Amino acid sequence: MVSRFKEALGSGKFVITSEVAPPKGTNLEKMQHHIDLLKDKVDGINITDHQSSAMRFPSLGGCLAVLESGGEAIMQMTCRDRNRIALEADLLFAYSRGVRNVLCLTGDAVVVGDHKEAMGVFDLDSLQLINAVHALAGGKDLGGNDLDGAVEFCVGAIVTPEAQPLEPQLIKFEKKVEAGAEFFQTQAIYDLDNFKRFMDYARKFKTKILAGIVLLSSARMAKYMTANVPGIFVPDDLLDEMSAAPKEEMLAKGIEIAGRTIAALKNETICDGVHIMAIGREETVPDILKAAGM
Amino acid sequence: MKSMTKQKPIEEIQQSLEGLDKVFIVGCGTCTTLTNTGGVEQVEEMKEKLQEMGKWLTGTLVIPTACDDMTDVAMKENEQAIRGADCLLSMSCALGVHRLSLYLDIPVIPAVDTLFIGVEETPGYFREACAQCGQCFLGITAGICPITACHKGLVNGPCGGTNNGKCEVDKEKDCAWTLIYNRLKEQNRLHLMRQYQPPRNHHVTLQPKSMKIS
Repeated sequence: MVSRFKEALGSGKFVITSEVAPPKGTNLEKMQHHIDLLKDKVDGINITDHQSSAMRFPSLGGCLAVLESGGEAIMQMTCRDRNRIALEADLLFAYSRGVRNVLCLTGDAVVVGDHKEAMGVFDLDSLQLINAVHALAGGKDLGGNDLDGAVEFCVGAIVTPEAQPLEPQLIKFEKKVEAGAEFFQTQAIYDLDNFKRFMDYARKFKTKILAGIVLLSSARMAKYMTANVPGIFVPDDLLDEMSAAPKEEMLAKGIEIAGRTIAALKNETICDGVHIMAIGREETVPDILKAAGM
Repeated sequence: MKSMTKQKPIEEIQQSLEGLDKVFIVGCGTCTTLTNTGGVEQVEEMKEKLQEMGKWLTGTLVIPTACDDMTDVAMKENEQAIRGADCLLSMSCALGVHRLSLYLDIPVIPAVDTLFIGVEETPGYFREACAQCGQCFLGITAGICPITACHKGLVNGPCGGTNNGKCEVDKEKDCAWTLIYNRLKEQNRLHLMRQYQPPRNHHVTLQPKSMKIS
């Protein structure tokens, strides 16, 4: 069984991924609802791995729910909570159960989450994790031992095109490409001119770039992200556009902006696809796609 | 270089001293004196607090350097007062507590928590510069340690949490990899940052760590 997502990446079509966050607890209804809503509309569903270091139902469990629903799962895997032994073991298990895509992340710091006194592991970093996946694919673990049965994943990573300063991030981006990252999902992008400049650079590398689309749900949220989230910058004209919308129409305005951005990225063939992050408003993703003319 | 310490809350010290009524206090003339956590003045303040608690003080002493082997001599000179105590309350760092415990049968209770080994970069500003990891990266990171200066101890470049040269855990803390990048760029050695660093060996020296010098 090969990765359907990888096939989509290779097909030349404009690829759509989105993401679903597992619940804090064992009530899987909401997560399942979001999976059902998205599974036939996107090429892959990311399941977050204790996003923002808040303990939740695991990414691997969410991925199994995606597969059981007939969708294509992209397992987000951070280096924050597991050492190399646990990461490798989870990759073996995930593969054995049909997961075929993994997004390798360093992970947020523990102290930003809800278990502030827990140990941050970081035995590996995102780059070393990409290499670990490829080692397992080659039939060896990181200890150099032979595996009885290897893995085969489509391996991805992230990049922040709006990071300040940008060059250190680009150096790491290039290292990830060299390590064999087949696709990148970017941090949220809003300024298309900036993103085009990034793509002029990124096009030189043999990898696929899915632009990060984070739904703006209100002007306040847009301002908050610009002020507080590393690498997210909402330009003034979009802030003004959100602020000008009546309160009850702000979400619709956010959906319109997201749809318009996706349409521009697709129609101008700026990048290979988009990764839509609706952050708690997953039910709007079909509306965003509709607004994008898809 | 100093062993950086913080005095424990007095409630915790009180709890540790439960059932131990006669106390001898030891301070240190080196690190805890310079960090104002266990010098002459702080030992005197602690003495008053313990007396308010109803403890009996058999004596106090500030040893020049509590972690070195001269501590044995200082202990012997004060043997009588120490023997009269139920415990020794140490206001030296943990290295001093360890040294004192080698010589004494009575419990040695720490009054401070030891935080890190700090280098004084500007007057009064101490920073952890080395975690003694056993695998020095400084030659390829322009003298800035990615193990101590990066919150996550990353060796392959910055994470996505860096923002305008600051760290995601605290806007006051510098991003180590921005500092490393800037300095390597100045030195025209950015190629070092492009090299892949494999996973670290966490057992260069097997814990418990010791070394015999012949």
